[in-house]
Amino acid sequence: MKNIIPILAVVAAIVVIWYAAAIPMNSQWALDQAKRADVELSTSELIVDTWSQERPRLPAPHQVVAELWGSTVEMKVTSKRSLIFHGWITLSATMLGFAFGTGLGILLAVGIVHSRAMDMGVMPWAIASQTIPILAIAPMIIVVLSSMGVSGIVPKAIISAYLSFFPVVVGMVKGLRSPATMDLDLMHTYSASRSQIFWKLRMPASMPYLFASLKVGIAAALVGTIVGELPAGAIRGLGARMLSGSYYGQTIQIWSALFAAAILAALLVGIIGVIQRRTLAKMGMTA
Amino acid sequence: MSWGWLIFALVFWAAAYALNIWLANSRWAKFRAVRIAVPVIFGLTILVVWQGLVRGMNVPMVILPAPTDIWLRMTQSVPTLWEDFVQTFVKGALSGYVIGCSAAVLTAILIDRSKFLQQGLLPVGNFIAALPIVGTAPILVMWFGFDWQSKAAVVVVMVFFPMLVNTVEGLAATTRMQRDLMSTYSASYAQTLIKLRLPAAMPFIFNGLKITTTLALIGAIVAEFFGSPIKGMGFRISTEVGRLRLDMVWAEIAVAAIAGSVFYGAVALIEKGVTFWHPSQRG
Repeated sequence: MKNIIPILAVVAAIVVIWYAAAIPMNSQWALDQAKRADVELSTSELIVDTWSQERPRLPAPHQVVAELWGSTVEMKVTSKRSLIFHGWITLSATMLGFAFGTGLGILLAVGIVHSRAMDMGVMPWAIASQTIPILAIAPMIIVVLSSMGVSGIVPKAIISAYLSFFPVVVGMVKGLRSPATMDLDLMHTYSASRSQIFWKLRMPASMPYLFASLKVGIAAALVGTIVGELPAGAIRGLGARMLSGSYYGQTIQIWSALFAAAILAALLVGIIGVIQRRTLAKMGMTA
Repeated sequence: MSWGWLIFALVFWAAAYALNIWLANSRWAKFRAVRIAVPVIFGLTILVVWQGLVRGMNVPMVILPAPTDIWLRMTQSVPTLWEDFVQTFVKGALSGYVIGCSAAVLTAILIDRSKFLQQGLLPVGNFIAALPIVGTAPILVMWFGFDWQSKAAVVVVMVFFPMLVNTVEGLAATTRMQRDLMSTYSASYAQTLIKLRLPAAMPFIFNGLKITTTLALIGAIVAEFFGSPIKGMGFRISTEVGRLRLDMVWAEIAVAAIAGSVFYGAVALIEKGVTFWHPSQRG
């Protein structure tokens, strides 16, 4: 916790810069309004105005926090304007996709480690597919699936499954291969079978790699879900909040949805971090 | 349902699979040609099975076009695809990538001398790098207008923090012994930086550069969903989906995939030239 002071200093600096930036960004609107009403604005009045507009180009931090507070704590969870409601829609699709993607990824990694043909055939494509902007086609997947009659949580989950799939494959293959020749030789001298080697050596050895890629994977899954919510059809979820905010010029709504997504991402990565620390500590590895 | 196509796809798949297993376990598996052939055969198999399934089960074009349809559309609409490519990749992604990455490297060098700033900025940077930055796209489109400037801005924001984190890590990658050697030469801070620490940081910098190639293309395309002039890959994808011309959509995706891979490959090639001394390149 010795790093807490520098971190707080940097965060404070960001907040100060943010407030300062809000003044020139929003002053045009304030000046126009004043001109129309034929009043002269003093500097302090101008600054106060730029920090409290209804539709600013850059909302001040306290406006975003107020909106976040208002749409989470003070609103009923079932309300259509509650961010907890929208966050839950996003979170459930993310978790479903993440579970599928991780499961399939681990299975494929096991296959790759045990079959040379799969290793040589699939692995280059798994790596190459990371260079492809798959996220960009997310809206198309949604539209195509909905034209086939599949809608709701499933299409979004497919995208987040796809995005969390490859980090897990690549990380798990690395992890399952991480035991050194000496460790494998030791297992051979015990005349261990392939499945015994897998369960007693490869699987435990791969855990640090698995958790590292789970962290990447869940962040990617969340991004995938949010982008999946962008097409015009979606009316629920954090992505849809951002899109409707951009349609109607509700900047504060965009920013609060963005922060809600950020908090959600931080929570998810944090939870995996806690599980990682617990698991590795129990297994005798300290991360 | 036409059984001919289905059976053909099935037979092709089985044959290619058998061929790959045989190749992978044969004594030629060490050769470069075979190492390239196996994934190529795998890729071809996917295309053939795709074609066979689409033709065999009469899947309508609005759900999934066959690879041949997509290829036909690509060859027919080269001018459109080129225009979109220039708008999104060259103007949006590439300029944002260059600005974002150089800004991140410069920032890393600037904060290099201050331990305090590093301790504060790194965790914040790591945190922001994991966030759904794509969400800033609507805001930046609102600020910078519909044309490529806003796309470049989204790309800058997306690539900055992964790049910053990697560069700072790289600048710390020298050993005490190496730095001591530089100080016995009475090298100045700038000399140490240019002759020792920046070269030593190159593997990390290139790692960041490679990661961010994909991010750049994603950022540029997704930002176009929030508003764009009537060209660009993201614009084309979203409007052609609306018109249910899926072959055009897939043609754009193919272009994006090729552009992304070539971009990555180019950066990897430069890396090979610059960091030839690193163990991972010699192996």
